[in-house]
Amino acid sequence: MKNSFTVIVATDCGSTTTKAILIEKKGNEYRQTFRGEAPTTVESPFEDVTKGVLNSFAELEELSGRTLLDGEKIIMPANDLTGVDMYISTSSAGGGLQMMVAGAVKSMTAQSAQMAALGAGAIVMDIIASNDKRLPHEKIERIRYLRPDMILLAGGTDGGTVTHVVELAEYIAAANPKPRLGTTFQLPVIYAGNKEAREKIKEVLESKTALRITENLRPQLERENLNPARKEIQNLFLEHVMAHAPGYNKLMTWTSAPIMPTPAAVGKIIQAIAKKDDINVVGVDIGGATTDVFSVFDGIFNRTVSANYGMSYSVSNVVAETGIENITKWLSFEADEADVRNRIKNKMIRPTTIPQLLEDLKIEHAIAREALRLAFEQHKSLAVSLRGVQRGKDISESFKQTEEKETLIDMNKLDLIVGSGGVLSHAPRRSQAMMMMIDAFQPRGITMLAVDSIFMMPHLGVLSTINEQAATEVFEKDCLIYLGHCVSLTNSGKLGSKCIEYRIVFHDKREEAETVLFGELRCIDLPVGKEAEIELTPTKKFDLGNGKGQKVTAKVTGGVVGLVIDARGRPLSISGDKGLQRGQISKWEKAFKAYPDTS
Amino acid sequence: MTHAYTPGLRLSEKMVIRKKRFLPLPGDVIVAKGDMVKADDIVANTSLPGKVHSLNVVNRLGILPKDIHSFMLKGEGEDVRKDEPLAETKPMIKFFKSVCFSPITGKIETVSDITGQVLLREPPRPVEVKAFVDGKVIEVFEQEGVVIATKATFIQGIFGIGGETTGELAIVAKSRQDIIKASDLCNEQRGKIIVAGSLVDYNVIQKSLDIGIRGIIVGGIKDDDINRLLGYDLGVAITGSEDINITLIVTEGFGQIDIAQRTFDVLQSRAGSIASISGATQIRAGVVRPEIIIPFKDENGISGLDSAEGTPVREETVGILIGDPVRIIRTPYFGKIGTVKNLPSELRKIETEAVVRVIEVEFPDGQSVIIPRSNVEAIEG
Repeated sequence: MKNSFTVIVATDCGSTTTKAILIEKKGNEYRQTFRGEAPTTVESPFEDVTKGVLNSFAELEELSGRTLLDGEKIIMPANDLTGVDMYISTSSAGGGLQMMVAGAVKSMTAQSAQMAALGAGAIVMDIIASNDKRLPHEKIERIRYLRPDMILLAGGTDGGTVTHVVELAEYIAAANPKPRLGTTFQLPVIYAGNKEAREKIKEVLESKTALRITENLRPQLERENLNPARKEIQNLFLEHVMAHAPGYNKLMTWTSAPIMPTPAAVGKIIQAIAKKDDINVVGVDIGGATTDVFSVFDGIFNRTVSANYGMSYSVSNVVAETGIENITKWLSFEADEADVRNRIKNKMIRPTTIPQLLEDLKIEHAIAREALRLAFEQHKSLAVSLRGVQRGKDISESFKQTEEKETLIDMNKLDLIVGSGGVLSHAPRRSQAMMMMIDAFQPRGITMLAVDSIFMMPHLGVLSTINEQAATEVFEKDCLIYLGHCVSLTNSGKLGSKCIEYRIVFHDKREEAETVLFGELRCIDLPVGKEAEIELTPTKKFDLGNGKGQKVTAKVTGGVVGLVIDARGRPLSISGDKGLQRGQISKWEKAFKAYPDTS
Repeated sequence: MTHAYTPGLRLSEKMVIRKKRFLPLPGDVIVAKGDMVKADDIVANTSLPGKVHSLNVVNRLGILPKDIHSFMLKGEGEDVRKDEPLAETKPMIKFFKSVCFSPITGKIETVSDITGQVLLREPPRPVEVKAFVDGKVIEVFEQEGVVIATKATFIQGIFGIGGETTGELAIVAKSRQDIIKASDLCNEQRGKIIVAGSLVDYNVIQKSLDIGIRGIIVGGIKDDDINRLLGYDLGVAITGSEDINITLIVTEGFGQIDIAQRTFDVLQSRAGSIASISGATQIRAGVVRPEIIIPFKDENGISGLDSAEGTPVREETVGILIGDPVRIIRTPYFGKIGTVKNLPSELRKIETEAVVRVIEVEFPDGQSVIIPRSNVEAIEG
């Protein structure tokens, strides 16, 4: 049955636009063929998501010549040039899935609850914990004020504390919060804590909330069990949140599989690709309001969302967080800070505008670097090994910072970074996307970089739950645009000192050998799909991931940008002198041939 | 993208406005359908549940949670006064007696024999909803609120701060390009809503606060001045609840930008009228823009209208057509107004090398420019 689908239509109903793609089986392989887009119609005056979906279908019909609709009905199954075999969708419209989580101890069960919610595609509005230092009435006020779509309550290992989690339940009951949508309904609360406390939780919450009980997400200190809670979140997302969002009841009857929250779907495809190639992956989706970061390291999946780092609605917040000097340091031209601030605020209040001037584009790229960096920092601090577990540590670990010690993100082991979202996917030159991602993520050692060509990861994520073959085929052939490998230093040194000698044997047997100075960036032409053997020898003070002075040999693959040798060191430092700063950035832009004024 | 089109800000010299005035929680509507109301009249009221306080009685008395009920002097649902004993131990020797006093005046909400805590709730807080505009109540939603209709001038701003206020409209700027100074303001403007020109700076806002001016309508403001006024850098454009004693409405954007000619002309024509303004802005999820509503008075001196019920609601604009007036909303021509000269269907490469759908706009001086279509907005009537 699963391979009998030959024509699939998928939509992602975003907060601004609804994006539809057509996937068709051509011979033995699935390919993405056409794409349509229309404004999302969740809000007034339409208040019906299906109108935007039908509009996006109309554009698909126009472009593909295939008739998809009979009036407002999707034609199924496919037949020559009419109909489709399957329709699937994701949604983040109307602010996505907004949750609040509660747990007994902030760094233990509350954190596990947070990771369960994030993994299910939610935005976590707040984390309430017994030890979060807020007074009880402050917690109650906060619960009532935020009006989440649902609450996930955890606390206590099985057989452990009962009091703390019941206390949290009492706060929720006292707040008597109303859900964001469908105010006449009871707020869904999922209990995934100590199983010994279930009866008491029922006593406190059953009459005041739509209570669901599932397995403890932290049954033992050493073990998380997040999937049952995630599954329950997604069920409630469909039953409560979607069912009360405008038009979704109708949309749910159209789809061949349950509608997924957009970030959950992106998480699925990232996990699928990591599993298929047995690699460590970081994925990022930078939107107008939020930035999602996904990672799979040694098979462990994590997702975080930075709810206020984005390129339009939240653009001003990125500046507020990082400081204007951290934006202007990425500019290769002299800019008046007050003018830059006004331009950024104007983007915030008119979020649909696009840069017309090159200077404006460079300012947006500067902001994107900082938004990506901040979101990734947040991801690293949340994607950590389980806290509260006793483990042995060696002397070197004892001297490291706590955050660094616990994070699962090991940049030396990272194989692939995938970027998605308008500023990366639609950058006029692909080298701009590569430059932004290298500057923000600062990969170490050898890392491949890629972008989502036209933002179809959500569609493929939900498709992967039904037909993994189709999803991964389209992901590799049509979705991912490989930019190229980046080889980076892992430490720092003196500017201008000799740091790497490299030798490359290209696919056509041509050889290139050169010396790179510290602070330089080289971009070497290596086309998509072509392989090359590289041998890099750092001088004795420099490290490429194998230790100081240790040679690195590898087979690398090309991309639309090529092979990048980044000898700027880690952490990447930019001169504090404005004039030198502009010179450095200009030199790096030239190395990438990133802009029309540099090529 | 066949639908790349940014709806513009609304501007109408005279239209029927229906204003929803709803309570945050169910309560009482105290006006009836057909009533004429003034902006300051209360149309509905309710009580918000009081704050909850928790008191860990078992810790204070040194007892077990399961025994809490036998030590309580008052039960769930009973009223308590601040410092009134709530629970006490009954030892053989009085000296060892422990008493737990109520930290607030209110009600006992719950007594938990699991956690040993008592939740107390403060008395409800009254909330009132005012009419906000002079007009006629045309619809009543029982327990929820009302719809008030009025014939008025209606202008949307692009961004604002501060909540709802009303006052007489006073034009202080000599022209739409003017930059007013603090010395242009005087005590006569107390309680009024003033119209400035292309920019107000922090000193002008401070002087306005000193005088007691209720609102400022202006073309542009510098980001730095907003930050100084608020005391923080505004990260996300969700505003309206700032406690700043003044409402600010920006009609064009950040930086020095002339108020659009038509906006300024319409405001000038309504000088001396009572305006209701709100700075509330929310760019995302259910866009809310700041608004200026200036109701017309009829011959009897009563604001509003007699037959708002039958007035048709404005139809949604379908797109931009050749000859339509548009405002450019991004550099390099930010703030300029022109007319649509051409709508090329093919995509064009712009300076950034992005290939986008464009629009040709002609300015009043005859100059024509090519702009990405997403960088213009319709001027809507």
